[in-house]
Amino acid sequence: MTEPLVLGFETSCDETGVGLVRGRTLLSDALATSMAEHERFGGVVPEIASRAHLEAMVPTVHRALAEAGVQASDVDAVAVTAGPGLTGALLVGLAAAKAYALALDVPLYGVNHLAAHVAVDELQHGALEEPSMALLVSGGHSSLLLVPDLSRDVVSLGRTVDDAAGEAFDKVARVLGMPFPGGPPIDRAAREGDGSAIAFPRGLTGPRDAPYDFSFSGLKTAVARWVEARERAGEPVPVADVAASFQEAVADVLTAKAVRACRDHGVDHLVLGGGVAANSRLRALAEERCAAAGIVLRVPSPRLCTDNGAMVAALGSRLVAAGVAPSAPDLGADSSLPIDVVRP
Amino acid sequence: MLVLALDTATPTLLAGVARRSADGAVEVLAERAVPSGTRHAELLTPAIRDVLAEAGATLGDIGAVVTGLGPGPFTGLRVGIVTAAAIADARGLPVVGVCSLDAVGDGARTVVTDARRKEVYWAAYDASGARVQGPDVVRPEGAELPGPFVGDPAFAARLGAPVEAAEVTTTGLLRAAAGQLDDPAAAAPLVPLYLRRPDATPPTSFKPVTTS
Repeated sequence: MTEPLVLGFETSCDETGVGLVRGRTLLSDALATSMAEHERFGGVVPEIASRAHLEAMVPTVHRALAEAGVQASDVDAVAVTAGPGLTGALLVGLAAAKAYALALDVPLYGVNHLAAHVAVDELQHGALEEPSMALLVSGGHSSLLLVPDLSRDVVSLGRTVDDAAGEAFDKVARVLGMPFPGGPPIDRAAREGDGSAIAFPRGLTGPRDAPYDFSFSGLKTAVARWVEARERAGEPVPVADVAASFQEAVADVLTAKAVRACRDHGVDHLVLGGGVAANSRLRALAEERCAAAGIVLRVPSPRLCTDNGAMVAALGSRLVAAGVAPSAPDLGADSSLPIDVVRP
Repeated sequence: MLVLALDTATPTLLAGVARRSADGAVEVLAERAVPSGTRHAELLTPAIRDVLAEAGATLGDIGAVVTGLGPGPFTGLRVGIVTAAAIADARGLPVVGVCSLDAVGDGARTVVTDARRKEVYWAAYDASGARVQGPDVVRPEGAELPGPFVGDPAFAARLGAPVEAAEVTTTGLLRAAAGQLDDPAAAAPLVPLYLRRPDATPPTSFKPVTTS
């Protein structure tokens, strides 16, 4: 018997993602992005993203079906990100997914976006070890999750108390005159720089601080102050060193806390996910520290770390296999869906 | 032919199933007008199931989908449009979009609906029911819109004239879609009637963190 074919929808931010997964096999991952339209605003504008999702929706479904070489009528279940994310953006994908499920007469699974970022790794590296630790870092999230059972039980250990890690990258990039989104240009510039050149602060790393929470707002401000002081003094700004030192501070805190969480909870598998997991220094430092601590590190390829529809289909596929009941017909979107709700 | 009609341009979501004869005559078999406020995404597909069941039909019996394209508050508006587009795509059906205001009331009238931000969406129609002005968005005070008004009665005081309560109906949607339903292959693509640009202005300069 062939495993069920699951169609996944992701519209929580600026990417319209539609993916097809059978079992743990990735069949297609079609993506449309409105990133270029947000660039001049220096951040994602929710209404622009929502309009773009509506325009892109049906064509992106067609691409996903064509890439997978299947028909819509072959689909056995539909999965969709129900939150967390931007409400207006979420609602386009949610309404589309509900309509496809109704029209194809198949069950609908609303899923948690963060849990989907963990599930996507199963498409590349096989069944998830449970329990696992997961570190999810993107423009919208910075979360440390304990995952006893990804289909039913995910526990939030810590999260950012202010900016998401990706937001800090965007803001520092702006200070350094680099384009939005800030992750790729900072990563590139940092390769020519010295990560130990400037000792930027590591937020929430004091002995009395919450051990698994993050803070990147102070770091961002420290970088801006440092750069502005040079500019006021008429001195050149060593862009590569600033980028490398900032990136080092982010990667240091994220990996130190993730490894500590693994140790404290007796977990020896760590999954990295989210757009910031594409950062080369974060990946390298995570590998180094996990190896030293005897932790198996799993990181999906950069393409699957950022938002996409395949990750939603991957979690949907897992829920079907685990016998989890589908969502209720009046499923809605929840912009602040808590992580312990895997399937709203 | 059976037609599925949807609209989410106002706080009342509408789902209907109607039989449309070759001569254009319309018989509504089932209709739900749900005062769902901001819960269109939750309640639209359940309402579609309800009207299909009441009409004794399945989506396999439907020959075309009609949807209102607004104007209406953006977030809710998109729910109906993307639902219509997705159902039509999944079932290989033609989908037709119409101005939602065209589906409110009949005859000579000016339709007004809530555009939020103290404004109304409006359009004016002649005695034959043809739209002669609008759709547009305006502050009702001093706009000197022609009457008589139908639509959202909450705006009577600010228009200085009575507004006869009326909402989008299945009959109204099919009437507005008549031309396109006669030749669905030639139907225009679904383009929402936003009438306003996204609320965002590019920053001209970024303020420094430190002040000198």
